[in-house]
Amino acid sequence: MKTDHYEARFAGVGGQGVILAGKILAYGMVSFEECRAIETPTYTAQVRGGATKVDVVIDKNHIEYPRTENLDFFLCLHQKSFNIYFKEIKSDAIVVVDPNLTPSIPEKITQKLVLVDLIDIAKKQMGKTLYAAVIAVGIFAGMTKVIKESNIQKAVLDKAPKGTEIENLKAVKLGLELGKKALRSKDAIVKLTVEDAFIPPNADK
Amino acid sequence: MKKSVRFYSGAELVGKAAIDAGCRFFGGYPITPSSEIAEYMSVEMPKVNGTYIQMEDEIGAMGSIIGASLTGAKVLTATSGPGFSLKQENIGYAYMAEVPCVICNVMRGGPSTGLPTALAQADIMQAKWGTHGDHPVIALTPAYLEEIYELTIKAFNFAEIYRMPIMLLLDEVIAHLSAAIELPKKEMLVIKDRRKPTVPPEKYFPYDTAYGDVPPMANFFEGYRYHVTGLSHDKTGFPTTDPDLVQADQERHLRKVKANINNIIDYEYYQMKDAEVIVFAYGSTARAARVAVDNARKLGIKVGMMRFRVIWPLPETEILKLCSKAKAIIIPEMNMGQLSDVIERYAADRTKILRINHVGGVPIHPTDICNVIKEAI
Repeated sequence: MKTDHYEARFAGVGGQGVILAGKILAYGMVSFEECRAIETPTYTAQVRGGATKVDVVIDKNHIEYPRTENLDFFLCLHQKSFNIYFKEIKSDAIVVVDPNLTPSIPEKITQKLVLVDLIDIAKKQMGKTLYAAVIAVGIFAGMTKVIKESNIQKAVLDKAPKGTEIENLKAVKLGLELGKKALRSKDAIVKLTVEDAFIPPNADK
Repeated sequence: MKKSVRFYSGAELVGKAAIDAGCRFFGGYPITPSSEIAEYMSVEMPKVNGTYIQMEDEIGAMGSIIGASLTGAKVLTATSGPGFSLKQENIGYAYMAEVPCVICNVMRGGPSTGLPTALAQADIMQAKWGTHGDHPVIALTPAYLEEIYELTIKAFNFAEIYRMPIMLLLDEVIAHLSAAIELPKKEMLVIKDRRKPTVPPEKYFPYDTAYGDVPPMANFFEGYRYHVTGLSHDKTGFPTTDPDLVQADQERHLRKVKANINNIIDYEYYQMKDAEVIVFAYGSTARAARVAVDNARKLGIKVGMMRFRVIWPLPETEILKLCSKAKAIIIPEMNMGQLSDVIERYAADRTKILRINHVGGVPIHPTDICNVIKEAI
């Protein structure tokens, strides 16, 4: 990790797997990147369908204040969560949303905005929407470079339930490519659709 | 190189420490934000031949751990504000019958069902006065994951040593966060067990003060038969209304903590050497306070922090000393001033008390505390 301190938030609704995304990232940072990480899930009284988020605070040193203060990265998969959790976000942060699920974004947004059809991509490329969270982790790694590509892949493999390793690895690679594409783009608002989601043959090189 | 890391949440560490302290019975009823403790115990208890039982409600859960403790088991229940309220009658019973047990309360906003998934430190006073009547209180307030493990073990030891219920007060911040931590080696742990009778069953009295303020406790189903009641009782365990016996027994109960206060109080000083302004804090709020102290120090303000690892009983002598020398004492709490009210009594007119009280379900930010530190000088 290049910076000393980094804060990321994955938000959505219960059942989308965003909390898992935070767990994978925190695990990867501690296991493979010589960092400390604290992962804090938040949920509302309604478990499935209720707004939920996970905050990951990453630091090269001891983390005293365990909550987020200035988010560097915010990914959101539901309007309900966007409305509640779009706060404490740095003006130059990266904001990733699925525009089909979060149609209403403030017009004047200073952050770099990435609109990615994440659920569509998960459905069409992976066959199941539940891979959206792992694709999201890949997008994070591809865009931010906070965690090395190889390390996020290792973290996903360690955390994937037995028998789903191949699919999850594919999902994270898809995410990495999407993330890198978004990073390369100079546009203030980047749009990524199903057509952008593929793994080139030389992806691991 | 991959490090061997294991992530623990605060909730899991309560369960892990309990098991490492010898807990073999968990009776509970799930309630946010403490449910993860029950969840962990439901998986882990069977692995150590322990018992996990989900009761019909919080009252039953408290009753189940009292019963289990009487058979010799070390016991735990976990709950949150509203469940803690329901348990209070049986907690009183456990004080009266002198049954060792640990009650973990992951505090949330109240009163009533309040703020189920948000954080608070709302039960500082309920831990002290939740059940009626006079009784001793020991309540621990960890602030870090490592400390949750350490203080949970300590809670079990206190329960065994003093034969009474012990309160372990967490808040949602530290119960739900996960991080990789290193736990102490098992052989380094100090584990205490309750004193057992050395006399045969026919000569045994469950509340025999000839053995000191904490009488030896026999396990049920091992031949020792005795009466357990919430009524005031004599040394046999049967009810009595003898004023002298009742008076002496109440005084003995309180003495268990009072006479051992130096073995129980537990606090940490941070940047206190030349401190003129002092922050009193506990639980996760203390972590924000520590950052605030560091930030204020950078501005040249002489500020320090006293952090309570054990909130009840308070270190009265030390607090009185600080009240006499501090320009101001700042008390951030995620309640409307439950500790502040107590500290104000110590302070009287000797120093000013500045309160920070947040009850909206969001943590107190270091900046909130730093701003008040700046005001204080």
